[in-house]
Amino acid sequence: MVDLTRTYDVLVIGGGNAAVCAAVTAREAGATVLLLEHAPKHFRGGNSRHTRNFRGMHTAPTKVLTGAYLEDEYWDDLNRVTGGHTDEALARMTIRVSAEMTPWMEACGVRFQPALSGTLSLSRTNAFFLGGGKALLNAYYATAARLGVDILYDAEVTHLHVDDGFVRSADITYRGFPATVTARCVVAASGGFQANLDWMRKYWGDAVDNFVIRGTPYAKGRVLRDLLDQGVAPIGDPTQFHAVALDARSPQFDGGISTRLDSVPFSIVVNRDGQRFYDEGEDVWPKRYAIWGRLIAQQPGQIAYSICDAKAFELFMPSVYPALKADSIAELAHKMGLDVATVEKTVADYNAAVQPGRFDSSGLDECRTEGITPPKTHWARRIEEGPFYGYPLRPGITFTYLGVKVNENARVLMADGKPSANLFASGEIMAGNILGRGYLAGFGMTIGTVFGRIAGREAARHARN
Amino acid sequence: MPATEMTTEAMADARRNMEICNGCRYCEGFCAVFPAMQRRREFSGADLDHLANLCHGCQGCFHACQYAPPHPWGINVPQAFAVVRAESYAAHAWPKPMGQVFARNGTLVSLLTAIAVTLVLALAGILQSGDVMLATHTGPGAFFAVIPYGVMVWTASAAFLYALLALAMATASYWRASGGKARPIHIARAIHDAMTLKNLGGGGDGCNYPGEGFSHVRRWLHHAMAYGFLLCFAATSVATIFHHGLGWIAPYSPISLPVLLGTIGGILMLIGTTGLLWLKVLADPAPLARAVLGGEYAMLILLASVAKTGLLLLLLRATPLMGWLLALHLGFVLALFLALPYSKFVHGLFRTAALIRDHGER
Repeated sequence: MVDLTRTYDVLVIGGGNAAVCAAVTAREAGATVLLLEHAPKHFRGGNSRHTRNFRGMHTAPTKVLTGAYLEDEYWDDLNRVTGGHTDEALARMTIRVSAEMTPWMEACGVRFQPALSGTLSLSRTNAFFLGGGKALLNAYYATAARLGVDILYDAEVTHLHVDDGFVRSADITYRGFPATVTARCVVAASGGFQANLDWMRKYWGDAVDNFVIRGTPYAKGRVLRDLLDQGVAPIGDPTQFHAVALDARSPQFDGGISTRLDSVPFSIVVNRDGQRFYDEGEDVWPKRYAIWGRLIAQQPGQIAYSICDAKAFELFMPSVYPALKADSIAELAHKMGLDVATVEKTVADYNAAVQPGRFDSSGLDECRTEGITPPKTHWARRIEEGPFYGYPLRPGITFTYLGVKVNENARVLMADGKPSANLFASGEIMAGNILGRGYLAGFGMTIGTVFGRIAGREAARHARN
Repeated sequence: MPATEMTTEAMADARRNMEICNGCRYCEGFCAVFPAMQRRREFSGADLDHLANLCHGCQGCFHACQYAPPHPWGINVPQAFAVVRAESYAAHAWPKPMGQVFARNGTLVSLLTAIAVTLVLALAGILQSGDVMLATHTGPGAFFAVIPYGVMVWTASAAFLYALLALAMATASYWRASGGKARPIHIARAIHDAMTLKNLGGGGDGCNYPGEGFSHVRRWLHHAMAYGFLLCFAATSVATIFHHGLGWIAPYSPISLPVLLGTIGGILMLIGTTGLLWLKVLADPAPLARAVLGGEYAMLILLASVAKTGLLLLLLRATPLMGWLLALHLGFVLALFLALPYSKFVHGLFRTAALIRDHGER
């Protein structure tokens, strides 16, 4: 029985990876800990439920990672994807600490797959959770419960009483009833605001109605908004989010990984007007899938259509939603609700521009177009062999970049640059400090784990002093 | 999928599950099912039968699933496959009309047990005098004083041979329909996997029984039950050789090979079946298929009853209770033999066939 009238050492807000890592670490350090998860138990874990791997530095092969992945290469990868929107000191610290994480994760019951081979080709840099993110969360929650962390589900924090950088108490709603919680320290690990469509609407207008939110519907950013409104220093571009292209038929929330569509490099992609708008073959898909969400978000109606023929159909992963299938381009365009003549002309122009060359689905090949705009620079083959296949695509939002500013001890900084007396942050809510733009597979889990551990440790230390 | 292929509701649900799983693939490390799924883009009825029989019901994928209920997609692979499996037992049963009994398998196995036990007890009571039934018999031929050797052997042999025939026909039918191809090495690997229950390993730490945590307890209990059963079978075989080859007539001494094998086997069976029953009671009902539970309970209880009465018979064979206990034990054994081809027991053969096919297509 959880006693909400007591004063806990550490209050952890959120229920994802960053939250449970903070809660377990603080409890291991001897603190009394209350974790408040907004979601009901079945949907606990925020976006971590949909994750799969952890990017870890390592100097030699481990049980779960092949080869070596050293600090400088890791940093180079991060610096490149962020285009410099990062903090080198925090980033390098995160990278170094990531090397120590997997033994602790295993001690918490997290299980990894043996180093993977095959299509993902990430086995050198990323350790894969056996069963994925929900299995990881199950392990952490079991560990937290065993250690004596008090956990409440259906518990939303609605307001933190921040007084000159000091959090006095938290107003919450627990199973629909209001309550107040006090704690010596608070760890905010409540994620971004991508599931808050009204907030997103401020920057994107009614286009948000055409966005798919890939992860948890509980990432409303309520605590983030509340903190920023009370003088906490913001970080990251509020208008920006990470988005991928996914099947337009996906559920509005929580469709997770299965809604992805890998057809783009082996297709042409047209917008609502039947026109191509970007080089589908610019680079291998793992390096390009993340830009297509934004590209589609900028098209009229935030929708696009991937079109390929029979010889391309088996080159990408099977989709959850069946492809639209037709014996002619005209029939396919009709099924997609597009102007038939325009699509036929787009395909014909494209086919005419395709140059001869050696096709190789596994790497950058010689197949390209000549004389059309935009060009398709790889894997360009004529779309001529029926049946023809099409998929409608929409932007799928993974996370937002706006967050709270923190220092290397995960302590939240106020707008005047002073650290908060007792407020810490971990996970998506502060990831923008390090990942201010772009994405690196498995790095969100790395930030969450590393900063969850730091926040938990620092909060426990502060509370018990 | 051929247009003529019959699709049941369970199969449609299993197909929907697989199509979503194939877009996710997070569970590939748990067992053989997911790598086998990844080799396919579409799922015919034969594919689903194959994947369902390959599934050991460890439930690892259910607890790890981001799409498990109450997510609107409601992915529940162990449950969907349990129903498809039961349908495949019915579809391949021999003779064909007997397939219907898988629909109410708990009822069938229990009824069969009741009838067989009653029959043996009644016949013993009618055909044998009360004095003989309640007398103390010892020394060679003591059992046959109660139930004549010919009756015992011919009844048991007929029932057992029938069971073997029906099981062989069903398994052959299943194998043909699955379209599997295999070389001896694949058979050897499959038998290894079946004997070790590798796919109940959940990728190393065991399966999710009775709840969300990992444990090897189900695997060990199943080993106790299965190997106990095999030891009891070995005891009977050795006793047959003693009787016909060496002319030694039962009962045998407690330290003779048949009695030792039977005792150890019986104890293991009792531990295994009781433990598995207990796990079923404790188990999280969410990934289980209610429709097949009755048959599973009935078979476990029947096996436990065979083991229990066998052990009791050994303990009390020098007392006046031996006569009725022998009749009771043989009643349960008869029920077991008759039920084998129409019960959960089929899973051992179909699953081994699925493992062979799986190794063949790797």
